[in-house]
Amino acid sequence: MEILVASAIGILTAGGMYLVLRLRTFPVIMGISLLTYAVNIFLFASGRLTVGAPPILGDATTYTDPLPQALVLTAIVISFGMTAVVVMIALGAYLGGNDDRVDDPVVEDAP
Amino acid sequence: MTHWLILPIILPAFLAPFIVLAARYQIGIQRVISVAGMVALIGIALGLSWTASDGSILLYQLGDWAAPFGIVLVGDRLSTLMVLLTAVLALFVLLYSIGSKWDERGRHFHALFQFQIMGIMGAFLTGDLFNLFVFFEVLLIASYGLMIHAGGTVRLRAGVQYVLFNLLGSTLFLFALGAIYAETGTLNMADLAHRVQLIDAGATVGIRVAAVLLLMVFAIKAAVVPLHFWLPSSYAEAPAPVAALFAIMTKVGAYAIIRVYTLIFPPDLAATAGLHGWWLLPAALVSLAVGMIGVLAARHLDRLVAFAVIGSMGMVMVSIALFTPAGISAALYYTVHSTLAAGALFLISDLARAGRANLDLTAQPPMAGANLTAAMFFVAAIAMAGLPPLSGFIGKLLILDAAFDTPHMVWIWAVVLGASLIGIVGFARAGSILFWKAKSVETPEDASTAAAPSGLSYVAVGGLLSLLVAHTVFAGPATTYTTAIANQLFTPDAYMTTVLTTKGKMSAPKTEEDH
Repeated sequence: MEILVASAIGILTAGGMYLVLRLRTFPVIMGISLLTYAVNIFLFASGRLTVGAPPILGDATTYTDPLPQALVLTAIVISFGMTAVVVMIALGAYLGGNDDRVDDPVVEDAP
Repeated sequence: MTHWLILPIILPAFLAPFIVLAARYQIGIQRVISVAGMVALIGIALGLSWTASDGSILLYQLGDWAAPFGIVLVGDRLSTLMVLLTAVLALFVLLYSIGSKWDERGRHFHALFQFQIMGIMGAFLTGDLFNLFVFFEVLLIASYGLMIHAGGTVRLRAGVQYVLFNLLGSTLFLFALGAIYAETGTLNMADLAHRVQLIDAGATVGIRVAAVLLLMVFAIKAAVVPLHFWLPSSYAEAPAPVAALFAIMTKVGAYAIIRVYTLIFPPDLAATAGLHGWWLLPAALVSLAVGMIGVLAARHLDRLVAFAVIGSMGMVMVSIALFTPAGISAALYYTVHSTLAAGALFLISDLARAGRANLDLTAQPPMAGANLTAAMFFVAAIAMAGLPPLSGFIGKLLILDAAFDTPHMVWIWAVVLGASLIGIVGFARAGSILFWKAKSVETPEDASTAAAPSGLSYVAVGGLLSLLVAHTVFAGPATTYTTAIANQLFTPDAYMTTVLTTKGKMSAPKTEEDH
């Protein structure tokens, strides 16, 4: 399972980075979404991988670490909100300037 | 347990929704609430600084949960100083935004402003790394709104860059936190400081990766080259009062570096030794050079100020990267100076807009209120460039002095002095084009005379400048205090014992006490 989770994080990060470097708002936002998925899985894995164990005290003999789950929850909420904000701002910039490039526009040199 | 420590976070957190919900359409009430809140905040910050100034560590356990299980807020000399600095800067920025009517040009300025203050205060006060991340996000979300305040295509476009860059930074922060948690099993700073020491010398790969990632995250916030590319566009396109408030946001990065790399990864820790000297110091020197060259090369006044911010952050980081008590002390003195000077310069660049078509550094007819604006630009530029008699000069002397005994002395002295010279030329050029050459340009016949900036705007800028003068006049007590801060930072035992042994819910030693 370790190899599966590790490669999932790796592939998501690689795909996310590639999309971010495209410098157009839509691919960049998609890329950032992939990166946040990757980081969520990474955070989840940081509490060690345990299958089928409860996170709260009970009758079980093995437990999974509850803290990363709380961290992931926070991270998901924040990244979801941030993505919504950036979509709105990017839409505004695109509709206003009719251009969806992320980098600075080339400025003609003043004489 | 005193509840005062959480008030700098709670007060803006309550005022902001109140402004949105109750005073949505009454800009006058919003202004009164905002200013009153900020004055109260300065009072609270003064009280906290006074309490912490004798070296005691203020601790607030949220929900009375003991560290490391609960989140704690910690106020030591450094935190309370930064809280006070934020509150003071915010008050003057707020006065300016009221005086210049910037807050009327879009909705929810005051509410976002309060949320921004809440995030900054939380970042300075928290004693938990994940909580630091959360407060970073709070201040970033508010800053996104402020950044695009009053709209406009150019500003929205710069806003997209700013948001995307910071989203990447947040993702990196989470990766660093995940790595730290996987290695140590805790995110409380004091607990981390204890546990990082225990990591086996042969198994430090994970923690070293985490330390480097964390340094990169904070370097993005502090705009250290090569992670500074987000700053010039966003600061130059942001509304002037917002850019002036953002002057404290780069300092949040510097604060986080000081906190984490004196407490958790101290310079004598074998696993991360060399991180400062090998990586941070060269990067800081390059950012100092890039910033000042940018000042010389800038074609617009607002970009010039943005590059001056990068340069002054470079100066702060050079001093921090020494990681000696003298270096940190000098860095803190310069941080206070650079925050006030950068804030004043951003506001002055907005004053210079009155009556000018744009902020290009070309000769145009004199702006409205040119005399006073020119005098203020002169003072602020002297401070920022580090000429005597103002505090920039003293700060630079302290940094050069702190670097004197180090092996990198030649490099630091060469870059600091060279960059200062370039910066002086850059500011002199900008000032003479803006204010002197304007006299030689004929005012067109049909030119409509713009109204001079309001008195309140000048009061706000003058307040910041007079604080700079006070920072110069009282440089002796100020350096004594920053030295005390640095000494406290390099002897973190008191911090760690206060955080880890204060009783609360779930603290283990309670049962031992009983018998």
